[in-house]
Amino acid sequence: MSIIEPEVADPEAEAAHLQNATATEVLRAGVRASPELRTGFLVSVTFAIVVAAGRLVVPVAIQQILDKGFTSEGPDWSFIITACVVAYVAIAVLAVLDRVTLLRLLTTAENVLYGLRTRAFAHVHDLSLAHHSETKRGVLVARVTSDIEVLAQFASWGAISWIVNLTLIVVSVIALAVYQWQLALIVVVVLLPILPAMRIVQKRQLRAYDEHRSRVSDTLSSISETIGGVRVLRSYGAVRRARRELHESIERQYRAQLVARFYFAIMFPLSDLFSGLALAAVVGVGVWWGPGWGMAAGTLIAAVFITNLIVQPVAEIGEVLDQTQTALAGWRKVLNLLEEPVDVVEPEVSEELPNTALAVELRHVGFEYEPGRPVLFDVDLQIDAGANVAVVGETGSGKSTMAKLLCRLADPSTGEVIVGGVDLRRVGRTQRAAGVRLVPQDGFLFDTTLIENVRFGRPDASDVDVMGAFESLGLGDWVQELPDGLATAVGERGDALSVGERQLVALARAQLADPGLLILDEATSSIDPETERKLGYALATLAEGRTTVSIAHRLSTAEAADRVIVFDAGRVVQDGTHDQLVAQGGVYGALHASWIGNTRS
Amino acid sequence: MSTHSHTDELVPDDESPAEENPAGVTLDDGDETALSISLGAKLIARFVRMHPAPFVLSIIGGVGWAAMIVAASIVLGRITDEVIEPAFDEGIDGGTVWWAVAALVGVGALRGLTVVVRRWFGSVTEARMQRSLRSAVADRLLEMPMGSYRNRPTGQLLATSDVDVTTATQMLMPLPFSLGVIALVVFSLASLWSADPMFAVVAVLLFPALAWLSRYYTTRIHEPAALVQQKLGRVSAIAHESFDGVMVVKTLAREEPERVRFDEAARDLADERIGLARLTSIFEPLIIMLPNLGMVTLLIVGAARVESGGATIGDLVQAVALFGWLAFPMRIVGFLFQALPRAVVSIARVDDLLAEPVDPAYAPDSASESDVVTESTARQTAAVARRSAARSGVPEAPEVPAPKPAVVEELLPEGPLSLELDGVGFSFGDARVLHDVSFRAEPGEVLAIVGSTGSGKSTLVNLLAHLDEPTSGTIRLGGVETTALDADELRAAVSVAYQESYLFARSIVDNVRLGRDVSDEAVQAALRRSLADGFVSELPEGPATVVGERGVTLSGGQRQRIALARALAGGPRVVVADDATSAVDPVVESQILETLRDGDTTMLVIAHRLSTITLADRILHLEDGTVRGIGTHEELLADPEYVALVTAYEDDAPVEGVGAQDAPTGASGVAGGKR
Repeated sequence: MSIIEPEVADPEAEAAHLQNATATEVLRAGVRASPELRTGFLVSVTFAIVVAAGRLVVPVAIQQILDKGFTSEGPDWSFIITACVVAYVAIAVLAVLDRVTLLRLLTTAENVLYGLRTRAFAHVHDLSLAHHSETKRGVLVARVTSDIEVLAQFASWGAISWIVNLTLIVVSVIALAVYQWQLALIVVVVLLPILPAMRIVQKRQLRAYDEHRSRVSDTLSSISETIGGVRVLRSYGAVRRARRELHESIERQYRAQLVARFYFAIMFPLSDLFSGLALAAVVGVGVWWGPGWGMAAGTLIAAVFITNLIVQPVAEIGEVLDQTQTALAGWRKVLNLLEEPVDVVEPEVSEELPNTALAVELRHVGFEYEPGRPVLFDVDLQIDAGANVAVVGETGSGKSTMAKLLCRLADPSTGEVIVGGVDLRRVGRTQRAAGVRLVPQDGFLFDTTLIENVRFGRPDASDVDVMGAFESLGLGDWVQELPDGLATAVGERGDALSVGERQLVALARAQLADPGLLILDEATSSIDPETERKLGYALATLAEGRTTVSIAHRLSTAEAADRVIVFDAGRVVQDGTHDQLVAQGGVYGALHASWIGNTRS
Repeated sequence: MSTHSHTDELVPDDESPAEENPAGVTLDDGDETALSISLGAKLIARFVRMHPAPFVLSIIGGVGWAAMIVAASIVLGRITDEVIEPAFDEGIDGGTVWWAVAALVGVGALRGLTVVVRRWFGSVTEARMQRSLRSAVADRLLEMPMGSYRNRPTGQLLATSDVDVTTATQMLMPLPFSLGVIALVVFSLASLWSADPMFAVVAVLLFPALAWLSRYYTTRIHEPAALVQQKLGRVSAIAHESFDGVMVVKTLAREEPERVRFDEAARDLADERIGLARLTSIFEPLIIMLPNLGMVTLLIVGAARVESGGATIGDLVQAVALFGWLAFPMRIVGFLFQALPRAVVSIARVDDLLAEPVDPAYAPDSASESDVVTESTARQTAAVARRSAARSGVPEAPEVPAPKPAVVEELLPEGPLSLELDGVGFSFGDARVLHDVSFRAEPGEVLAIVGSTGSGKSTLVNLLAHLDEPTSGTIRLGGVETTALDADELRAAVSVAYQESYLFARSIVDNVRLGRDVSDEAVQAALRRSLADGFVSELPEGPATVVGERGVTLSGGQRQRIALARALAGGPRVVVADDATSAVDPVVESQILETLRDGDTTMLVIAHRLSTITLADRILHLEDGTVRGIGTHEELLADPEYVALVTAYEDDAPVEGVGAQDAPTGASGVAGGKR
């Protein structure tokens, strides 16, 4: 089965890895990862063999009736009727068995896919944030959607095609050999070249389809630029040029489509050609040497019908070769994901965090997202319980990474993060979520109601608790003004609310959970003044009685903090009160001058 | 047992809209089948009129294929009688054997050829049709008035120009095949009748059963198949949401509830698919069983006919072989019935977009289009010609009545320009967005425009950019009414930099130049003036660097500075900056605005930052679509509404501290150093 070994299966980066994995290896790993495959699968395959053998009923009936039903004195009616009744019954029984087998195979396939999909999903959430960068996110989604869908399509057609057609070919060739082994040999020899022939066309076709797909996405991005940039195009008089480019890319897409369709057009008819050749060979050889081998006319006619039965399955296997390869690549990708080691391991027994403001200590903390590319170096920090600390620094200085380590979105590569006197690695998920709360910049909300989104902060909270959280942050009026109050639907990703409003929700969520350590990633995008005011008040209220670490983008935040920690290139370079740091100058001095230069004009 | 292998025959896998659109295109509810068949027939007629030649050829291929199937069965029957039977009785000569071999190979090759013809010309029809529709949609996107964009979300426009166009034309592949199948039924009955009328009787019983079964099956799976798409969309939506919100999931320890939520959706999908498998696994065995039963019946009938001398063994073999080849093609008709309603729904959406009016300002004038000389001019001209031919099947757009009466075009005065609005109002539909807006920006003045959300600022920008025409009042540039100006001259004089700083996926130079006749030096100068030259020169290929799609490789502030350079590159005399530096570091922003205040350029700056506002000579305060006040910052401070507005803008800077309007020259050094 070397033909299905992945050769150029995947143009992506994984190609190298996949090339080393043979089809058999993927199959073996796949079966290991899917216990669903082991239950009753062999029974289904046995049924499939029986059903495939059943396809020979008609050719055998023809042979029997022609050779034995027609005697020199005319038809032997009792034999013919008996043979036909047997054939009718066999066909009907096999149709029932066919249905059972097909349903069994498809059900198994769906259950395997379900298992694979849900295990992959759970695994993705077990991986640390290091695996969740913006760029990798699309890949992760693909693993549980399109990659599995490729497998699903394969399961409902390709995989079954392999099982059914392979057994059909084997059974038919055996039947042919039983009638006359030389004919079986000839059919095999004549039909074998169909696979490499289809393979050649298929490879070209694949390349052409790839080309076409790129042209499709070119056109699509041209169109999307036309729509998104419509104001720019029009106010700069660039419509004429945009029109020309759009039509050029539509034209290129058209040409690429025709090239791909050319291969599509010549691919399948190959089987018609080979079918003609095989029939001609069987008939030619059969009539020339058959009488000498002691064959009967009916046997040769049956051989012709069996040959017809073989051509179709061979062509179908040829057609699913490519799909098989894609499916194996997809399968491999999902399996690779499942093999990805979980890097943030939850402790078996969790230690409790004290139910008060939490002190924070970073001991020689270093961190790298990718080996050899550290973003934090040997950070040593102590933050007192109840302190209000601002962390500042340029983009990429490591301040956001530190925030992530504080709530264990990832573990430090070296050193340890101690919160409330406990190494964060010994604190379980739930305890961590209750004690340490990060309010992220983008304030992502789930596509449900406001109240449900806030309740995520503490699942047992009542409606009154949720409203109470808003009110204690001075946001009661804001909630009342929303179209449906707490029941307002926030839309996909919270799009029905503004960035600032989403942060308000995140703050209410934190208030509800009453954490001892609050980490706030300030929004950088502009927030409308009204919301900004609400946010400021809510934050001040929320911070009371907790340790607060703010990743600050604004001077006012840094200025209001008890202490300012300045990050630069992965290290803490300055640490002190606002006034001390301003006096020191350095990185903070420059940032401050830049801020002050603007706001205090 | 069989498989779905031949679905490929219908939808070649180069495009599968369902995959790209996992939520699935909303399909009709099976009830409208009758309606959609008549609409479908109209649609087919319309497509045929647009590209008749390849369509007819694909049908010839389809019918030829049917003829070749029947011919193959006849050849087999004749060979049985004249070669096989004699060979085993009295023996035959070599020539006869070669004749038989040649006939079998020939009929197989010819059958393959007809398939090639059908598939190729079917593809050509479909591809040309898609090109025609896509071009028409693209033109309409370029030509429809801005108002049309307000009513149509971007996602919907994209879906129409891609998925809908594809879906509308997808039935062009199964169509010639289906016609071939109908021909196959006719040819088969004729050949069976001529072999032996009794064989035709068996076929007459079998054909309708197969056709009905196929039709019934496609109808039955319609709803569950749509449900599967829906469930798949749900699975995909949860995965997207859950992974996008991974920060929330992790910080709130919601992994378990998320897993449960996804499990339920995945189980639902699996169950729905298993439900579909229940239908499929009944249909597939039946569609194989029926012809087999027919073949055995033929054997009985055939034996009787052979006994009575009405038919030969060869006739019987011919009939049996034909029956064996019938099962698969019969289901194609079912697929056509499936594709047709989808096509009707999609073409309706395409037509709906094509019914948008054309703004004559953006309609192509053939003269200017053809004098654009490119390497592909010839191809291009051909494409344009084809496109206009294609227009015959595309609804003509109503033109928006030209807003301007034919006035003799006037010329702008030399030097800095004033900008004057006189009683300008704008409304779309019933909504009055601007009314009675009158003000005058002096030549070379920097005028800031402030106002709360919904005060009409963006609409004002659209009017100043001439993307929309005022519904009342006049706009005068350098004393000349803008409606009396040539569009190109107007665009050269007034340029707009937008907040969203849309960048195209091409080089920075191209983005700044945007197809205008602007020298490299002017591009460089513009980048310098918008303080973008520093970071641009540090990019891998400097100004020739291609920015990622939508400019993702640059920060928001950097994108805005390039967009600003674009506005400056044409040497405009009036610049409208629509919060165009909102993401730029405030210090850099001040510096940019300082360099722009050169006395030659009149500037209208929509501003949010106090620092920007105080840089302006005067400030225009918009409220509820009209002018609330205009004057210097100090003058306006007398208005408590203005104070509230600008205070809210900058929490950090108390208003009483803002007295001096002097430029923050001290800070420029820092920004300069940072660069």
